[in-house]
Amino acid sequence: MKHESFSVNRIEYLKKRRKNTVTVHVLRIGLLLLALSLWELLAQFNVIDSFITSSPSKIAVTVYKLFAEDSLAYHMGVTLYETMLGFLIAVALGYAVAIMLWWSDTLKRVLEPYIVVLNSLPKIALGPIIIIWCGSGTKAIIFMTVLVSVVVATITMLGGFLATDKNKVLLLRSMGATKVQIMTKLVVPSSVPTFISMLKISIGMAWIGSIMGEYLVSRAGLGYLIVYGGQVFKLDLVMAATVILCVLASLLYGAVALLERKIVK
Amino acid sequence: MKKILELKNVGLTYQTPKDEINAVSGLSFSVNEGEFVSIIGPSGCGKTTVLSMIAGLIPATGGKIEFLAKKERKDCIGYMLQKDQLFPWRTIEKNILLPLEIKKSLTKERKEYANSLLKKYGLYEFKDNYPSELSGGMRQRVALIRTLVFSPDILLLDEPFSAIDYQTRLSVCNDVYSIIKAEHKTAILVTHDISEAISMSDKIVVLTKRPAKVKSEFFPGLSGETPLKRRELPEFSLLFEKIWKELN
Ligand SMILES: Nc1ncnc2c1ncn2[C@@H]1O[C@H](COP(=O)(O)OP(=O)(O)O)[C@@H](O)[C@H]1O
Ligand SMILES: [Mg+2]
Repeated sequence: MKHESFSVNRIEYLKKRRKNTVTVHVLRIGLLLLALSLWELLAQFNVIDSFITSSPSKIAVTVYKLFAEDSLAYHMGVTLYETMLGFLIAVALGYAVAIMLWWSDTLKRVLEPYIVVLNSLPKIALGPIIIIWCGSGTKAIIFMTVLVSVVVATITMLGGFLATDKNKVLLLRSMGATKVQIMTKLVVPSSVPTFISMLKISIGMAWIGSIMGEYLVSRAGLGYLIVYGGQVFKLDLVMAATVILCVLASLLYGAVALLERKIVK
Repeated sequence: MKKILELKNVGLTYQTPKDEINAVSGLSFSVNEGEFVSIIGPSGCGKTTVLSMIAGLIPATGGKIEFLAKKERKDCIGYMLQKDQLFPWRTIEKNILLPLEIKKSLTKERKEYANSLLKKYGLYEFKDNYPSELSGGMRQRVALIRTLVFSPDILLLDEPFSAIDYQTRLSVCNDVYSIIKAEHKTAILVTHDISEAISMSDKIVVLTKRPAKVKSEFFPGLSGETPLKRRELPEFSLLFEKIWKELN
């Protein structure tokens, strides 16, 4: 960047913008700190009952305890494994099904009502069926995760495929392109942005699926900690697991966003 | 002059779920080798449909389209659509090599020929750039070169300048014309711009409202060297008026 070529107005503008960005960051962190300290103070002075609301310090202690007895890494690992595996299966399956539906208009029209029903069905209703089919273990949770994410993944991807510029298809056809060539040279590369949004949506859905699955069946994982903590009324544990979940979910989302910046320049 | 393409009594009816649309009916005209032919007519009259039939993208439902070229139809015709339709994720070089990839004929000679075209028309230094980094006029030239890389005999141009602003259009029009002439190609240009048709063509085919058939033919054959210069000739405005009346 050549600094000397900037006009006075431009420098003014950039300064203002930078100042605004700093303000936003400060306020953002300030808001969090304010909420946490208010929560902590109210709990310390018994204005609120920390047995029911827990408190930041108690949550921190609980996280540390979990960490010290090595169960933090274990529970995180379990949930992360279920979520990631379910996510990857759902993305691959969704992409493949979307390609098939793009390929055959007849197939698309045949399956349309089923997809609509499957999409609007609350997947949790299938819980008992999944338990009977897959047992009450990791398999059931991954199945649930896939089920929750795959339909939206398919619909999003198909939307991207169908939005391919008709004129560009025409251009390729005038060159004598086969359907496979139209797929690989045009439809796949032009739908990369949709693929990224599909990843973002699917990762969110995968979290819903895996935690829901753990609520239903599991003996390990963050979802299990939350349910267990609720049953024995250990709000500290519930809150601690929730906080860790928040952090993990943001990290995964961040990873996808990073991938986006790598691919879409 | 040798005929290269002849349409005999060609018709086309589109079938849609709601009804059928008779887009072209009893259309006959011919194109000679090396000729620049413009097709002009009211919007929605079936011009794009005619080009699609010539390109073999949709089969005619009546009549006959005869090719008198030696090659197969898809190797003999280069289609240039409205807007440049360059692929934004491909570099300029990758864009112009696209037809060769599709036809699986990406040989070393072909690649060299493609690069020589880029050099000849002042685009070689941009070969590693992306389309978004080029101006509208340059992109249009790239699109034309992409059509030329597999050495087609006939170029079909469907309102290729309509998405460009007027100033640029005049010069792009000049560029495209001179490239087509320099490469000795036969060209069929669809347009709704009368001046464009007069300034570029050897022959103008005026179509009727839908269903399209030939209303009349004009042979401008203006003497100026470039389309831009021809616009200043006195015959130009005379012809303009005549065709204007034909269309209205
Ligand atoms: N694929 C299609 N299916 C049905 N009707 C079509 C189709 N393509 C074009 N038409 C109709 O055919 C007529 C001629 O269209 P077109 O050839 O695109 O006209 P022009 O290029 O002269 O504007 C229009 O009325 C249009 O609505
Ligand atoms: Mg048209």
